[in-house]
Amino acid sequence: MNPDIAQVWEWLDQVPDPEIPVISIVDLGIVRGVVWDGDTLEVAVTPTYSGCPATSIISFDIETAMIDRGIKNTRIKTQLAPPWTTDWLSDKGRAKLEEHGIAPPRTTGGPERCPLCKSENVTRISQFGSTPCKAQWRCTDCLEPFDYFKCI
Amino acid sequence: MSTADPYFDFLCRMGDNTLILGHRVSEWCGHSPVLEEDIALANIALDLIGQTQMWLGLAAEVEGKGRTADDLAMLRDVWDFRSALIVEQPNGDFGQTLMRQFLFDTWHLLMLQGLTKSCEPRVAEIAAKAVKEVMYHVERSGDTVIGLGDGTEESHTKIQAALDLMWPYVGELFTPDAVDEAMLAAGIAPDLTEMRKTFEAQVSAVMAEATLTIPDSRFAHKGGKSGFQHTEHLGHLLTNMQWLQRAYPGANW
Ligand SMILES: [Zn+2]
Repeated sequence: MNPDIAQVWEWLDQVPDPEIPVISIVDLGIVRGVVWDGDTLEVAVTPTYSGCPATSIISFDIETAMIDRGIKNTRIKTQLAPPWTTDWLSDKGRAKLEEHGIAPPRTTGGPERCPLCKSENVTRISQFGSTPCKAQWRCTDCLEPFDYFKCI
Repeated sequence: MSTADPYFDFLCRMGDNTLILGHRVSEWCGHSPVLEEDIALANIALDLIGQTQMWLGLAAEVEGKGRTADDLAMLRDVWDFRSALIVEQPNGDFGQTLMRQFLFDTWHLLMLQGLTKSCEPRVAEIAAKAVKEVMYHVERSGDTVIGLGDGTEESHTKIQAALDLMWPYVGELFTPDAVDEAMLAAGIAPDLTEMRKTFEAQVSAVMAEATLTIPDSRFAHKGGKSGFQHTEHLGHLLTNMQWLQRAYPGANW
């Protein structure tokens, strides 16, 4: 008997994002669908950025996690459309990002506040950061630089 | 490489442009004037290489000869590349790199916006993905061109020289040939002549703010996107980029 789909989603929610392990791949919004095809589990995954090197690691991590739960056959389907957007980040994921020191994305194009001291006096250093999904900002009160998960 | 299929050629043009420029930009990694610029250039190179994977992946599928995106990238020789001449130009100084980037980014964004309306759903999908990334590229390269142009006397002189050097490579991007005409007629790609008007308006606005003067000439070097005559620089770039697959065929990790 195949485990039910809701159970599988719960398991997938325990697979950490390889670059920001405090959030799961489900929090990140890149798991777009889960269906059974006979005894093969098909997981549709969308890339965050087209050149994101984590994409192949994510596929591998999903397969490993499913094998650990007794699912022998997993097929990863790369789904390009509709393209990933930071709107798909879960509320749980957004809260965890901030706790981890990464300001969550906002449609206005900049962070609401410094994730460290919560000051709203922040300034942009660069639209590009340590990974494709992040920009570099600085707090003008506590003076600490921080990552901002940029909108896309 | 067969040039009988204009759709295959068109996909190679898209993928070769992003591949060659992505490689060029990656040459800055570890050498940029400041850390933030190094990171930005590396990120942009990464986006471009990722987009290459999609375009050349589709090209290989369309060709149907069992080749992969990697085969197309690593095992073709100079004359089979369909990239425009502008992307293979050497990095030069930082201003030259940024000017090349801004001119390409502005063309690239307009092209991708047009391609999101392509009647080929696979092309539209790739374009919709890439357009989001390229919006960040053009925002940055435009801001930097303005910063350098309207900066010090030295930065102004250097970026003006970069504009004078790069401008003759712009025309090729917008001069339609048989492949472009076939793609337009098929509803796959947008009209380059129309695109050029928007391009010129956008570029003029940025150059005015940057206090830079666009050369008063429409002379255009050609031969990149047709593969007829690349500049000597592409061969040197490929030697560097392809050496591993050439020396150790099939090497993998
Ligand atoms: Zn702070």
